[in-house]
Amino acid sequence: MADSRAQRKTVRLTLPVRDRDLDGLEIGTVVYLDGVIYTGREGVYKKVLEEGADLPEGLCELSNVNFHCSPAAAVEDDGSYTVGGVTATASFRFSKWMRAWLECSGARIIIGKGGMSIEDYRDILVPAGAIYLTTVGYGTGALLGRGIKAVRKVHWLEELGNAQAMWIFEVENFGPFIVESDLDGNSLFQQQGQLINANLEKLYEGLKAPALSRYGETDDRKDELI
Amino acid sequence: MIEYETIERAARQIMANAAIDIPPDYRQGIEDMSKWEKGELSCFVLQTMMDNWKAASADRRPMCADTGLPRYYVKIGNNAQLADGFIGLERALRSATAKATHDIPLRPNRVHPLWRTDHNNNVGINAPEIDWSFEPDADWIDITSVHKGGLFGTDYRMLFPGDGIDGIKRFFLDTLVSFGKRGLACQPAIVGIGLGGSKDITMVLGKQAACLRVVGDRNPDAKIAELELELKRMGNSIGMGAMGFVGNAMVADCHIEVGYTHTGGMPMSVHTFCLSSRRATVRIHADGSCEYRHDPQWFTPYMRRETVEWPTAEHSEKQSV
Repeated sequence: MADSRAQRKTVRLTLPVRDRDLDGLEIGTVVYLDGVIYTGREGVYKKVLEEGADLPEGLCELSNVNFHCSPAAAVEDDGSYTVGGVTATASFRFSKWMRAWLECSGARIIIGKGGMSIEDYRDILVPAGAIYLTTVGYGTGALLGRGIKAVRKVHWLEELGNAQAMWIFEVENFGPFIVESDLDGNSLFQQQGQLINANLEKLYEGLKAPALSRYGETDDRKDELI
Repeated sequence: MIEYETIERAARQIMANAAIDIPPDYRQGIEDMSKWEKGELSCFVLQTMMDNWKAASADRRPMCADTGLPRYYVKIGNNAQLADGFIGLERALRSATAKATHDIPLRPNRVHPLWRTDHNNNVGINAPEIDWSFEPDADWIDITSVHKGGLFGTDYRMLFPGDGIDGIKRFFLDTLVSFGKRGLACQPAIVGIGLGGSKDITMVLGKQAACLRVVGDRNPDAKIAELELELKRMGNSIGMGAMGFVGNAMVADCHIEVGYTHTGGMPMSVHTFCLSSRRATVRIHADGSCEYRHDPQWFTPYMRRETVEWPTAEHSEKQSV
């Protein structure tokens, strides 16, 4: 197939992102970011939402983009940081914290791997005016690493370790990402999944089921695991 | 005599080679797939991944920031001599892991399963894993570093002889469809299948089939080789491509390894080695010289031996006399 990168609609967003920037952003659009983003996953969510730790001062004004990620980064002896690559981690696991997190942080963009359920978009992200961007691949660690220009600060590094700490990054032309869910809660993964599901019955045709079944699992291949 | 320092230095080098440079066989496999992939979004993903590999090699930075679970596969020549013995070899590999984690840098992924303790160096209780194998009539050691994702794309099932090839095909499809949705398996993947053995070995064989054989390699058993190709075709006809988008590029290759198993059972495992298939091998010779390569050459005729004896040059000569 010819180069599909040039054919995709592509936008650059300046951060913190304004509500009107997200208006009309369609699923499937390729996005690059300029500004400040922060990482946050289970370690940070537990710290803030369950243990009641204060958000880092000024975080909400600085950035409204939460990346489900931990960087391949090292802390040097002089206290400086070396960042190699960054790659997303699967977001569906953080569903239970997202409503409270969006409320307290004011985040408008969630970046991660694999998206979240259509119900989470409808019930949590859409009411908060937030969209979901998926990373590509999912291993574009080097391309994303290139987009990180500086480490602004790292919070809870000692307590949570490199992988779970909150890293605040200055980024430039940071991407590519794909719009997975828009302000109306449409989902690219759901749309694509439905197209693929239509072929599944034919695929299994004539293959008899194994003698021993398994408990507690779906037999419907149209279902998702998340 | 192979010295401790030689092993540690070589192991640090293969950690970096694996993390940064995509193996050429897998790169070619994905390049070929990107030419026939008709799914526009799936094709966009493949082309972006190829950009990512170029950026990684040019910048000498990891292609994927998820280190996965970095581990080693060691093959020891029966005549190899290690200055500090096997304990020294294990220590060198653990030390190399810690140093490479800081120097490359790699994300420290390894934590205690309950207390989530992170030493920030990818070393801990039973980590990194080291698999051992042996080779007759050799005085070298081969060390392979593999960094494979650790969360999705793997499954195990006890099938029975009556389930037959149908059972194998269904479980293969089940695993690819379920973990392929949303691209949790980071496909297109090298899919490894373990068949037989005891349950733990079923998992080990499938993992090794995925991570230690190159794209294009076929099992020496002609019928198994045929099944590998049939499953590959089947995987690429699901209608699903990269990231679970509409397309066909799902399986870069399919490798099957077998072990003799319980007469009543046919246990099966499926493993997917991802869009950042990270593996690199070094051979350390008796004189301490090192040769680096991408093909682990793990499954030797000795590894797949059928009975008490195994085929060697000498053995074959005796038989023909």
